[in-house]
Amino acid sequence: MGRDRAPVTTASRTPGLNPWVVRVAGLLAAGFITAMVVWPLVAVLRRSLTGVGPSRIGEILTRSSTADVVVFTVMQALASTAVTLIIGLPVAYVVAKLAFNGRSVLRAAVIVPFVLPTVVVAAAIKATLDSAADAPLFAIIYAHVFFNLAVVVRVVGGYWSQLDSRQVEAARMLGASPWQAWRTITLRQLRPVLFGSGLLVFLFCFTSYGVIRVLGGVRTATLETEIHRYAIARAEFDVAAVLAALQLLVVLTLAWLSARFQRRYTVVGNRPRRLHRPTSGFDRLLITGSTLTVAVVQGLPVMAMVGQSVRVGDGFGLDHYRGLFDRVDVLPVSAAEAVANSILFAVGATVVAVTVGLAAAVAIHRGDGVGRWLEAFALVPLGVSAVTLGFGYLVAFTVLDLRESIWLVPVAHAVVGLPFVIAATVPALRSIGRRIREAAAVLGASPAMVWRTIDWPVARRGMLTGAGFSAAVSLGEFGATSFLARGEDSFTAPLAIFRLLSTPGQQLRGQALALSVVLGLMVAVLAAVVERNRGDGATLL
Amino acid sequence: MRKLSVWIPAITMAVAMVLVACGDDGDDGAAPSEADQTAGDTDTAESDDAEEPTPEAVEPETTVRLLTHDSFSVSDGLFDQFTLDTGIDVEVVKGGDAGELVSRAILTAGEPEADVMFGVDNTFLQRALDAELFEPYRSGVLDSIPDEFELDPDNQVTPIDYGDVCVNYWRSEVDGEVPTSIDDLAQPEYAAQFVTMDPEASSPGFAFLLATIAKYGEDGWQDYWRQVADGGVAVTSGWSDAYYGEFIPGGGDKAIVTSYATSPVAEMIFATVDYDEPPTGVLTDGCFRQIEFAGVLAGTDNPEAAGALIDFMVGPEFQADIPLNMFVFPVNESVPVPDAFDQWATTVENPLTLDPIEIEANRSRWTEEWAEIVLR
Repeated sequence: MGRDRAPVTTASRTPGLNPWVVRVAGLLAAGFITAMVVWPLVAVLRRSLTGVGPSRIGEILTRSSTADVVVFTVMQALASTAVTLIIGLPVAYVVAKLAFNGRSVLRAAVIVPFVLPTVVVAAAIKATLDSAADAPLFAIIYAHVFFNLAVVVRVVGGYWSQLDSRQVEAARMLGASPWQAWRTITLRQLRPVLFGSGLLVFLFCFTSYGVIRVLGGVRTATLETEIHRYAIARAEFDVAAVLAALQLLVVLTLAWLSARFQRRYTVVGNRPRRLHRPTSGFDRLLITGSTLTVAVVQGLPVMAMVGQSVRVGDGFGLDHYRGLFDRVDVLPVSAAEAVANSILFAVGATVVAVTVGLAAAVAIHRGDGVGRWLEAFALVPLGVSAVTLGFGYLVAFTVLDLRESIWLVPVAHAVVGLPFVIAATVPALRSIGRRIREAAAVLGASPAMVWRTIDWPVARRGMLTGAGFSAAVSLGEFGATSFLARGEDSFTAPLAIFRLLSTPGQQLRGQALALSVVLGLMVAVLAAVVERNRGDGATLL
Repeated sequence: MRKLSVWIPAITMAVAMVLVACGDDGDDGAAPSEADQTAGDTDTAESDDAEEPTPEAVEPETTVRLLTHDSFSVSDGLFDQFTLDTGIDVEVVKGGDAGELVSRAILTAGEPEADVMFGVDNTFLQRALDAELFEPYRSGVLDSIPDEFELDPDNQVTPIDYGDVCVNYWRSEVDGEVPTSIDDLAQPEYAAQFVTMDPEASSPGFAFLLATIAKYGEDGWQDYWRQVADGGVAVTSGWSDAYYGEFIPGGGDKAIVTSYATSPVAEMIFATVDYDEPPTGVLTDGCFRQIEFAGVLAGTDNPEAAGALIDFMVGPEFQADIPLNMFVFPVNESVPVPDAFDQWATTVENPLTLDPIEIEANRSRWTEEWAEIVLR
């Protein structure tokens, strides 16, 4: 059957792209990550730890508070990831496999929270959950699910829609229950992408800042908030650097483990299937359940936000939206110009992330040393603090006045978008059976033709998912941007929202909410457009 | 067809961008501001050379970079006259809040990312001075500034503006009589309506803690906070979470909040309903005065231009621009403040203050003690 082990060592022998092309692609991606991730991190850690003796480092590491913080950080991120996966999986199935009215709306809606500013959302969630103050952990997990559901739904869903379902059908015919068939076949087939998307969610929660600050209460500390506290409030850079190094260690360990699991559990064989209409009562139940879940978990805070954005004085109106075109005194440019900057950066960031991401994916798929290095290090930007990376750029990029370049912002966004392109593309490439490539080669296809006709159609879907996330990451990114944006040319919408919420006045708050809604709408439109171009099952709609 | 379809997202975005840009142009045309007129003068200088310098003189000879906090804002074209007069172009670099600003300047010391830094306040001043971030510079304009603002005898920094961190209350929503002093917050009925910020994470939060230390003394402030905490004060990590989360205007149920003496002015200017008077009031007996400074960053290769910019910032044009953009007061007393401030700003007769050296020496101890009392 179509099942054999991951083509880690065999990939190099299978027909495909010219090995030199793959090698150059790998080196290009590795060079990018070295320049944009490794070098800045090394520079800032070195700068902060110069003259700090091992005894001081040992003292910081052995503080009981350090251990508490690490444990809490990991536990809340694990819990958030688990809940996101459990809630996201049925939604992923529904949008990947079933044809029903509202499917594309559901798919597009799910990604909206991804770009919303945490300050605004956390406040909305706090207002929605009366008990937020009493159960901060619950509020944190809720917010993390809210933001990250899209990662599971879209990355897992994209992969799921291309799974070969013949084995499941065979198993069912041989008398397996749907649950047995799902557990023993589908779940196994999904394992690589579950690890991949789970890791992305974990890293987001691991380094989440705004959610912890607003919903966790003042006492809740994670590695991320502690790095911020020591680097900024206390200017104790050595402590911040040691904590940042701990963060890095956790990320690299997890990335390495995930890469191993992904390779080990890759199941070869994909056969894109059309969507099918819900056949069983269970399918219909899942559709209703998924829609309700998304409506409650994600819809309620968003609706609260929309409602407040049209609230003007004692009545309702679109004044705050019209106001976005006027520059208010507290902003360097009008909110609309900030949106234009954001769009420009999102386009730039997406182009860079997709280019480098595809190069990296090809190299990772090949599985040589460079590929494995890439697989781990490409994830680092998601898992280290924006403070660490931001300061890293400032310390490292003194040559050629790089830190003054306006390109630094979109490139930094691309660095964060890159893992999504890789996570959405690599499992798909790996699922292509060696035999199908060999067959094509035997039939006379050139390596380039094999790539174009076999790999590319599969990679393209993953790439589009990744591109959508890159654009969304860029549109919503706040942490690194606040470090790197210098003047009005790089003043983005999230910065504008944050700034508007730093001065009293109902107009300013209203505009901040209206601008958040505009950001959400933009990403929904973007998602819907990408959706139409994926081509999976569009015929059935 | 399929290839084309890949480009649709990009094209959609481009179109959206153009639409946004157009909408904005239309708006500029409809309501030209005074600053736009200044820019217009520069454009039409050729046909109008009797009054204005020739366009050649506008061509900047050098650029000076100003590192400042995110709250920095000036009217459009404010720096144009400076560029015209001196041939120096100004590039503004935003660097986070006051604390972030000092941290990034320390980390990049020796290879500064700018020539001038503005926005370090008296609560962070000593940390910046200890790190030797600045080169001494004494502005000739300093004589028109009251001595009380000149905290650094070595002239490494120049005072630019000041503001007071004060407790605000929403007049119509306070349960009971409106409070008249921060003493009232020690009573449970007011403490329960009060939201403030973690002094370690928030600049106004820290300033208010300093106000209580200055008012009740090094041995008395703990008792005050014990009572405030027992009464059920709410604490957030940032000003936005408090003001737009827990406080009335964000839909919260707290009617008393730590904010600024000028917040009522902003509430009036950015109001969505017509108020006769500001909806918020200020408790003036517990205000901590924050003074913001500018300094020439050590390691700049353009010290003359940096000095010229500082002169401009203490000068009348920049000083007059400060209030409506940043909601703080100019240090230059000869500069008139806008009507809105005259009308609605609460005068703080006796602001509280502490020596920057004392603040830096005790910062960690005070915030830790505070956390043990209030966050238990």
